[in-house]
Amino acid sequence: MLNQTAANVVGSQGQENHEQSHPRFLAHHFHSSEQQFDSGKLGMWLFLITEVMFFSGLFCAYAVYRSTHPEIFIYAHQFLDANLGATNTIVLLCSSLTMALAVRSAQTSQQKMLVVYLTLTLIFAAVFLSIKYVEYSHKWHAGLLWAGDFHPVAGHEHAHDGDGQDAGKTTVMPRDVGVFFSIYYALTGLHGIHILGGMGAIIWILIRAVRGDFNAEYYAPVDFVGLYWHLVDLIWIFLFPLLYLIH
Amino acid sequence: MSVLQMETESAAVNERPSAENYLNCSHGFWSWAATRDHKRIAIMYLISVLGAFLLGGIFAILIRMELWTPQRTIMDHDTYNHTFTLHGAVMTFLFIIPSIPAAWGNFVLPVMLGAKDVAFPKMNLASYYLWVGGALFLLAAIVLGGLDTGWTFYTPYSTTTNSSVITASIGVFILGFSSIFTGLNFIVTMHTMRPVWMTWFRMPLFLWSLYATSIIQVLATPVLGITLTLLVAERALGIGIFDPKLGGDPVLFQHFFWFYSHPAVYIMILPAMGIISEIISVFSRKPIFGYRFVAYSSIAIALLGFLVWGHHMFTSGQSRISAIVFSALTFSVSIPSGIKVFNWLATMYRGSIILTTPMCYALSFIFLFTIGGLTGLFLGALATDIHLHDTYFVVAHFHYVMMGGTLVSFIAGLFYWWPKMTGRMYSEFWGRLGCFGVFAAFNLTFFPQFILGARGMPRRYYNYPPEFQLYHQISTVGAFLLGASLFVAAFTLIHSLFRGRKAPANPWGAASLEWQTSSPPPLHNFESDPCAGDPYDLDSQIYDPDLSGYRFRVESERLHSTNDSAI
Amino acid sequence: MHKSTVTPITAHANHEHIPSIRSLVATFAILIVLTVVTLYGSTLSLGSAEIWFSMGIASVKAVLVALFFMHLKHDKPFNVLIVVFSLAFAAIFIGLTMVDANAYQTEINTYVESELK
Repeated sequence: MLNQTAANVVGSQGQENHEQSHPRFLAHHFHSSEQQFDSGKLGMWLFLITEVMFFSGLFCAYAVYRSTHPEIFIYAHQFLDANLGATNTIVLLCSSLTMALAVRSAQTSQQKMLVVYLTLTLIFAAVFLSIKYVEYSHKWHAGLLWAGDFHPVAGHEHAHDGDGQDAGKTTVMPRDVGVFFSIYYALTGLHGIHILGGMGAIIWILIRAVRGDFNAEYYAPVDFVGLYWHLVDLIWIFLFPLLYLIH
Repeated sequence: MSVLQMETESAAVNERPSAENYLNCSHGFWSWAATRDHKRIAIMYLISVLGAFLLGGIFAILIRMELWTPQRTIMDHDTYNHTFTLHGAVMTFLFIIPSIPAAWGNFVLPVMLGAKDVAFPKMNLASYYLWVGGALFLLAAIVLGGLDTGWTFYTPYSTTTNSSVITASIGVFILGFSSIFTGLNFIVTMHTMRPVWMTWFRMPLFLWSLYATSIIQVLATPVLGITLTLLVAERALGIGIFDPKLGGDPVLFQHFFWFYSHPAVYIMILPAMGIISEIISVFSRKPIFGYRFVAYSSIAIALLGFLVWGHHMFTSGQSRISAIVFSALTFSVSIPSGIKVFNWLATMYRGSIILTTPMCYALSFIFLFTIGGLTGLFLGALATDIHLHDTYFVVAHFHYVMMGGTLVSFIAGLFYWWPKMTGRMYSEFWGRLGCFGVFAAFNLTFFPQFILGARGMPRRYYNYPPEFQLYHQISTVGAFLLGASLFVAAFTLIHSLFRGRKAPANPWGAASLEWQTSSPPPLHNFESDPCAGDPYDLDSQIYDPDLSGYRFRVESERLHSTNDSAI
Repeated sequence: MHKSTVTPITAHANHEHIPSIRSLVATFAILIVLTVVTLYGSTLSLGSAEIWFSMGIASVKAVLVALFFMHLKHDKPFNVLIVVFSLAFAAIFIGLTMVDANAYQTEINTYVESELK
């Protein structure tokens, strides 16, 4: 879907001659590259708000359950490792910085730096997913799955406990703890899928960057993929305290 | 005056040699299947949604046939559950939601704006293929075990039934993307593709209504996406967010579902209202009354529509306080809707009303939509809703709005823009006859359902007490007549393709831009850049017998214009 | 209503603001500092204020990312408007649903307790 948005900006090779010279990247139905850029940008922002609304459903589920069943959240958060979460937050912030720098490189026609920054962004994204994989596999072994498959294995429960002072208070497991993990997997899972989609888009941009498609006159796809990537980062900025830092 | 002249089957056709247009500029399968021309995409959409309408209509006829007798007539209860679910799902997701925006919006939006195409032509084509993909999933669900949840997919039934909920959900999810792409495209097109002289308040009201529709499509549809994603996860994995057995909350599902599906009701009706605003003005030969109010009321309906979803949940276990708040907010939607109806009536007041086929449909719309809207007040009020909830009263109410409103307006648009789309005029006699049939048969079908519902006939039931039989039989007869009338309308149009006389550029004397290019338009819509004035300045057009259509009035012909516009 | 967003058709493309490397790195540094602050804050016993504390910091971070990384500070006002708009509607959705769920929760709890007995 993202490719679709951005790909349109590339448009068909303008064959007709308009009053002004029609650059290669300008689609036939636009008058100017500014009009094309503004259309793409507005379209991208509209796409981003559909993402916001999409995630708002999950945030809504989170808010409802946290306000109606706070004990579940206080009990369950101790199975999440705040240090891994914080590390992942920093990794994603680094990828956001390199993405922003990549956009700037494209704007200033520094094609080599563009390739470097995009590669770095991809690496950070891969690190994020690897850490996520470590977290998931640990929970998988501990039986900490969504409500339907929730079967905590004794002994694993406190493996991650970073703050021992709380653990004593919550030894009795409240009812329906599985719902927390359902929400946890839904939020982080969908976020992870968006990371994968973003990586796909970055790879597409990277290939075109290596080919030398982008310069100060035409860098819209880099800009739009960047916007998407920052949005994915934004969502994580909220997920981190909501899931990992509950007291 | 003009109707008579138009109807004469004289050979005085447009003598200009038929120029190249969007229909004949290229040939072959791929010239359609891979086209980025918004007009061809609109035609593909039109044919596809009409196919879906036929399918949904067949389900409707099957439902009505089953209800002929109080006991089993033609199918068992299980099949009946599948049939009404598929009728609802196909009609809602495959027909009504895409119908007007995707077919008529796509066809006329860029032309009305004076643009060459929508902002993202490839995305437009992708939107069509997503529709096809979603439709295939829905059809697959029919084949692979059917669907018996009702079109609303309510949990916990949808998580326990063994019909193919997952396949259908994936289909609807994909259709949602198709709808988002259309809306996104339209918003961007209206913002960035307008020529400088086309200010917001020179846009025809159909475009305002499409803008409002697109806002809803972009903001609400993703919530349907997440709802269905969670539903699929619920069934496939048992995540339990909506399942009370696992600590989940089924009322939450209804909040999620109606946060989309109530605004979706306005996705269906707003563009319909836009078409009516165009037609009423043109065939009353008067500028639309209160242009700005009609324009703003579209936006107001779109925004207020997000605040009232809880009125679908009065009996669901929702809290009393929310029920009161949602009920109060619900009545606020009637204000902008009322503004529209009164402005249409005021437009017709002292106008020179011409009863062409589109105008007949538009008048039917006002009548049927008003009944549908007013009966909505009974359902928005808490006390009466407890009695009427989930009865045939609700069924009649939303059919009056959705079918009497959206479908009738869709057909009005079909007859209004048909000459522009195909370059052919149809027979007004048969067109009007079809319209009369649709109007009469529609009331025959659905008015008895108000009575049934008020007397306690619940919806979605397969058997009923014998005292309801008369009303059910009237309704079933009406449904068959309605089907027949729709076929009359269809044959009128199909006949015109072969026998209709060539359409002039402006057969109706409308002043909006789509009538200032040839019928059918050239590939890039205009031979030379058009210039728009007021889209409702109908005095600028004068009937020219040589063209058998309208053309711009020359300054010396503008005798009474100042007097007229002063009224 | 949206007049300010009408795009004049001009011949040349001079797209948008190019941020300085310094501003991007400074934004990044503040984001990292805020992450550390929120992590530290979670070890304090803030009680019910904790959620507001961490959400407040997350919102500041989100605004920083939007303004500087996503260039909203120099973007067209309409793009800012639609973001604010979508957040408002998400808030309506979450807010009204929460109000309702909290209001009917007592009924559910009474029922569940009676079932458990």
